[in-house]
Amino acid sequence: MVFPSLPLSVSICVHLWLKMLSVKNLEVCYGAISALRDISFSIETGRIVTLIGANGAGKTTTLRAISGLLRAKRGSITFKGEDITKLPPHLIVARGLCHVPEGRMVFSNLTVDENLAMGAYLRRDKAKIAETREYVFSVFPRLKERLTQAAGTLSGGEQQMLAIGRALMGEPQLLMLDEPSLGIAPKLISTIFEKIVEINQSHGITILLVEQNANLALEISHHAYVLETGVVAMQGPSPELRNDPELKAAYLGA
Amino acid sequence: MSEFLQQLLNGLSLGAIYALIALGYTMVYGVLRFINFAHADVFMVGAFIGYYMGKLVPENTIWGGLVVLLVAMIGCALLGMLIERLAYRPLRGAATLNVLITAIGVSLLLQYSGQVFFGATPRTFPAVFPSVNFALGNLVISSNQVVVIVVTALLMVGLQLIVYRTRIGTAMRAVSLNPKAAQLVGINNDIVISFTFGLGSALAAAGGILYALNYPSIDPLMGVMPGLKAFVAAVLGGIGNIPGAALGGLLLGIVETFVNGSQWSTYKDAIAFAILIIILLFRPAGLLGKVSAEKV
Repeated sequence: MVFPSLPLSVSICVHLWLKMLSVKNLEVCYGAISALRDISFSIETGRIVTLIGANGAGKTTTLRAISGLLRAKRGSITFKGEDITKLPPHLIVARGLCHVPEGRMVFSNLTVDENLAMGAYLRRDKAKIAETREYVFSVFPRLKERLTQAAGTLSGGEQQMLAIGRALMGEPQLLMLDEPSLGIAPKLISTIFEKIVEINQSHGITILLVEQNANLALEISHHAYVLETGVVAMQGPSPELRNDPELKAAYLGA
Repeated sequence: MSEFLQQLLNGLSLGAIYALIALGYTMVYGVLRFINFAHADVFMVGAFIGYYMGKLVPENTIWGGLVVLLVAMIGCALLGMLIERLAYRPLRGAATLNVLITAIGVSLLLQYSGQVFFGATPRTFPAVFPSVNFALGNLVISSNQVVVIVVTALLMVGLQLIVYRTRIGTAMRAVSLNPKAAQLVGINNDIVISFTFGLGSALAAAGGILYALNYPSIDPLMGVMPGLKAFVAAVLGGIGNIPGAALGGLLLGIVETFVNGSQWSTYKDAIAFAILIIILLFRPAGLLGKVSAEKV
């Protein structure tokens, strides 16, 4: 994005401010095997950005490195202008970056209520927490009906709602979603994706979405990066990528 | 009948002590998935703190006994946290076997440091609580048994409140269920794990004092057998399960006491462990444990 009418320094500042997250030359290894070789991408504030690609391309690894679960061997991760590459996960959450992990990972023996309370673990202001809770219930009314139920007894789709709700309780500015469609009844998938768009539009929460279902991801996102064996193979605005013949053949099954 | 009630009472007070120690094993297993073998020796240190504190307060008073108990619990909580910080935290993420071997190392270190500092000769534990016997019909109740049962009951209620009603307690359960997800909601797992060690070690210290009140000869190796029994109790109840540890402890104490009062008393330990083996054959995850596939 360029702002020709502004002085260069201001333009750079605005530019930095608009960048919610930027990842530069990220390399991550599992032992001797490098899962990410050289990943660079950035996310503008207020957007839905998606990472798509085949199994093992490094999508989940990228998210885990951003949220601090995995250590980067090389490269940098900048969130709201601050280098978070070496921060532990709980300090990254504290800065407003929440990660809904693959497989949902709800606390199965805890009630829905307790799961949501854990989502707000780092927040102290009870009134504001209650406000966020109401917002979560407005997005996922189902959770309110299930408050006293153990999370493990929910259906896959409900657990996904809870996992997203739990992350929203942390008041994120950037929400990272890993495979929200995985293991969910087809009927619920479209509901979940509608809700993702709603969260983005009504609350202005920036979203980084990792998804195997490339069609769906390209449909709701503004910008997409295609990962292939640990590198960014292709990128562009999602509507353009949807019509890209090469991508269509490889990922969209058309 | 009164014989039965008497044995039941004796068994309950022994089992209560096993339960207190077993809780520490089970809580640490819950958050870190390994058996802290040094736990039994923290129990021993608790008894020794009580021994030295007992000389500073007047004997045979309730407040003196409570002060001794409190100081030992705080001392052992700090010791437990220190052990976790120095011995186990550097191994976070290492194979479980490495941590287990380290735990055995820490256990031996405590036992033999105990022999250096406290001496290997058994010492007589002071009567820190008032000691009288009441007769209730044919039943003889010693005040020490009352102390054991009351203190244990209060500590268990307290533990229950901490684990189910507080923020850190819910965080403990969250870390135990899924450490990764716990990190992702902003929990600092190191603090929760440290807290868990503190809590478990404080309970072990209380167990040490109560044990020493009833069996007043203490020495640096005194933790070995009760520690092993408590570990059995934790497994019996379902390792990682807090009510299970309490149940397992009480059950083991009662069984042991009944066998001890019968003609097979020589084999009391063998019978206690045989029961463990039989129960585990039928319920491999323990009495209250849930069968779950080990995560890879």
